[in-house]
Amino acid sequence: MALLHLSGLMKSYASPDEPARTLVVDVPSFELHAGQQLALHGPSGSGKTTLLNLVAGILRADAGEIWLAGHNLTAVGESRRDRLRSELIGYIFQTFNLLQGYTALENVELAMRFGRGHDAAFAKHLLERVGLASRMNHRPRQLSAGQQQRVAVARALANHPRLILADEPTGNLDPAHAAAAIDLIRQVCREQGAALLLVSHDPTVLARFEEVVHLGAINRAAA
Amino acid sequence: MSQETGNQAAGAPASAGPAEVGYARVRGRSFSTLGAVLLLVRKSLRQHAFSTAITIGSVALAAGLVMAVFAIQEQSEAAFTGGPVGFDAVLGARGSQLQLVLNTVFHLETSPGNIPWTLYQEIRRRPYVKLAIPYALGDNYLGHRIVGTTTELFTDFEYQQGRRFEVAPPGRVFDPERMEAVIGSVVADRTGLRLGSVFNPYHGLEYDRQMRHEEEYVVVGVLRPTNSPSDRVIWIPIEGVYRMSGHVLRGTGADYVPSAAREIPDEHKEVSAVMLKFRGPDAGMRLDLEVNRQGRIATLAWPIGAVMADLFDKIGWVNRVLQLVALLVVLVSGGTILAGVYNTISERRREFAILRALGARRRHVFAAIVCESAAIGLIGSVLGYVVYAAILALAAVVVRAQTGVVLDWTEVHWILWATPVGMTMVGALAGVIPAVKAYATDVASNLTPST
Repeated sequence: MALLHLSGLMKSYASPDEPARTLVVDVPSFELHAGQQLALHGPSGSGKTTLLNLVAGILRADAGEIWLAGHNLTAVGESRRDRLRSELIGYIFQTFNLLQGYTALENVELAMRFGRGHDAAFAKHLLERVGLASRMNHRPRQLSAGQQQRVAVARALANHPRLILADEPTGNLDPAHAAAAIDLIRQVCREQGAALLLVSHDPTVLARFEEVVHLGAINRAAA
Repeated sequence: MSQETGNQAAGAPASAGPAEVGYARVRGRSFSTLGAVLLLVRKSLRQHAFSTAITIGSVALAAGLVMAVFAIQEQSEAAFTGGPVGFDAVLGARGSQLQLVLNTVFHLETSPGNIPWTLYQEIRRRPYVKLAIPYALGDNYLGHRIVGTTTELFTDFEYQQGRRFEVAPPGRVFDPERMEAVIGSVVADRTGLRLGSVFNPYHGLEYDRQMRHEEEYVVVGVLRPTNSPSDRVIWIPIEGVYRMSGHVLRGTGADYVPSAAREIPDEHKEVSAVMLKFRGPDAGMRLDLEVNRQGRIATLAWPIGAVMADLFDKIGWVNRVLQLVALLVVLVSGGTILAGVYNTISERRREFAILRALGARRRHVFAAIVCESAAIGLIGSVLGYVVYAAILALAAVVVRAQTGVVLDWTEVHWILWATPVGMTMVGALAGVIPAVKAYATDVASNLTPST
C-alpha cells in the first residue's frame, strides 16, 4: 500500500567537462508508505536533492515512473505536476526558502493560495503549533534561523500534504536546535498524517530516526 | 475523461488512500489564486518601492501631459469656435474675416480698419437684423482694450442664451453722454480699478505710457465675470471714442476733428465693427451675399464659429504634432515601465523559483508580472490627474489673461478616462517581456541562494 512508488527512475545532467551525460539518479525501485518516516543518508553530491526534486515534480525524469497517491507524475504535464505538488507535497528546504518580503503568516497563507485554498485559521493554527504564535507578523529577517525553520515547517504543512520532503532541513541550525527541529518535524507530520522523506548527511539528524536508509542502497548512481 | 483522471488508471500501484486532488475546489481555488497574484503584485510594488515610485512618477507626468494636451486643445478649440460669443456675425472693414473676428469677439489682433456710421445705421434697419451694436476701438488702459459702444450691449445683448452682462451692485451702466466706463472682471482684478476709480485712456491698442490721453474716465460699473473675452475689456460710450483728444474721424473720407461744443454729424462718424444678431437662419446668407460677394467696402464675418473653425483647420497639423509628441511620451513611459520591471526580474529569480516550488504555475508568475506592470500604469495615470490639474490650472491662468477664454480643469473629457485605460494597457504590454523572462525561470537551479 505505497503512498510513493518509484520504478526505473533515472536522471542525468550534461557535464561541461565530460562528453557523456552524468547519471545522478538511478533508482530501480523504491516505496514509501502513508505515515512512514524515512531518512535517506548520503554524502554531498550523491543525488539527494535531485531525487527529492524529481519526487516533487520540480525536475522531469529522463526515464522511469513516479507514482504519488495514485497519480503518475511522469505522465502529466508541468502545470499538472505543479498542482499535484501544491496539494500533495510539502517541501522543507535546507535554506528555508522563505519569501523575504512576507510575514511568517503570509508565507504560510501564500502556499495555501496556490494549493487547496486560503484558510487563515489553519495557517495561524500551524504557526501556533510550531511555537510562533507571537511571531506571525514578523518577516524572516526578524526571526532566528530556528524560527525561520519552524515557519518553513508550518508552510510545508499548509495544504494538508500526504508527503513531506525535507532536504537537509537542519543544515543551517546548530546541533541542539537541529535535534529539536527534527523532533518537531516528525511530530507535526504524525499529527497531520503526512509521510516524511528526509535526506541528510548529519549523524545527529539520522540518529533521531528509526528508519535510515543509505542512498546508495536505492540509488545505483550513488552506490 | 481528463488526462488527470486517466493517470489513475489500472496498473497504478495501490496507494495508501483515495486520490484527494480537489476537483470540487476548483472554483474557490481560482479566487484564492487570484488573491495570491494580487498579493504578489502588492508585495513586489512595496519591496521595490523606490524604483516603483520613480516609474510611477514618470508615468504620472506622461499621463498628465497627454491629458492636458488633449484637453487644452479641445477646450480652447471649443471656446474659440463655439464659446459664449453671443453674436451671429461681425461687419467690419474690407479685409480678413479672421482678423475681424479676433479683433472684435476675442479682443485680440489689430483692427482691419473702419466702416462708416451710415452703413451701421443702414444695416440695423434691415428687418432680419435683430440687434446691431457698434464697436469703436483705438485706445487702451494698461493694455486692456477700451471699446466704445452703446448701452444696448448691456440692455439687449445676450452673450449666452438668457444671460446678459450684469453690473455688480451698486454699479450701473455708463451714461452715453458722460465720460464713464464699465469694466470687465479681469480688468478689475489686474488693474485695481474699482467703482469710482478715475483713469486716463492711452492711445492705441498696445500700452505706451507716452500715449496718455488727457480725458479722465470714471468707473461706474464692474461687470460680473462671464468667462468670456469680454471680461478683459473696458467699455465706454462710443461718443467718448470720437471725442478723445487726438482722434480724427474720416467717415466722409476727409479728416474731421470733433469739437466739444458741437454735435458730430453722422456722416463723419466711423465704427470699427458692427456686431450683429439675426432674426432668422437665412439672414446671414443674404447679408453674406450682399456684403462679401457684391459689396466692396465691408466684410461680413459669418458665421463666427465657422471662421474660427477654419483657423483651427489650418493650424490642425500643429495639434496633430502635439498629440503625436504626447503619444510618444506615453510610449517612452511604457519603456520606463518595461525597464523598471525587467531590472527586478534577475534579482527575483529565487522568489519565482520558491513560488513555483510552492505550487504556483508558470502562468501565475507571468500574470503577476503583467499585473504589476499594469498596476504601475494605472497608479501612475491616476496620479496623472494631479499633474493634469496642475498643468490646466496654470494654463488656464495664462490663457484667460491673454485671450479671456476660460479653461476648466474639472470639465469631463474622453481623454480623462481613456488615458488611465490606455496607460494600464501600455503597462500590461510593457510587462510582457519581463513576464516572459520570469515565466522561463528554472525552478531547481534557482532554489539555492546565489552567493
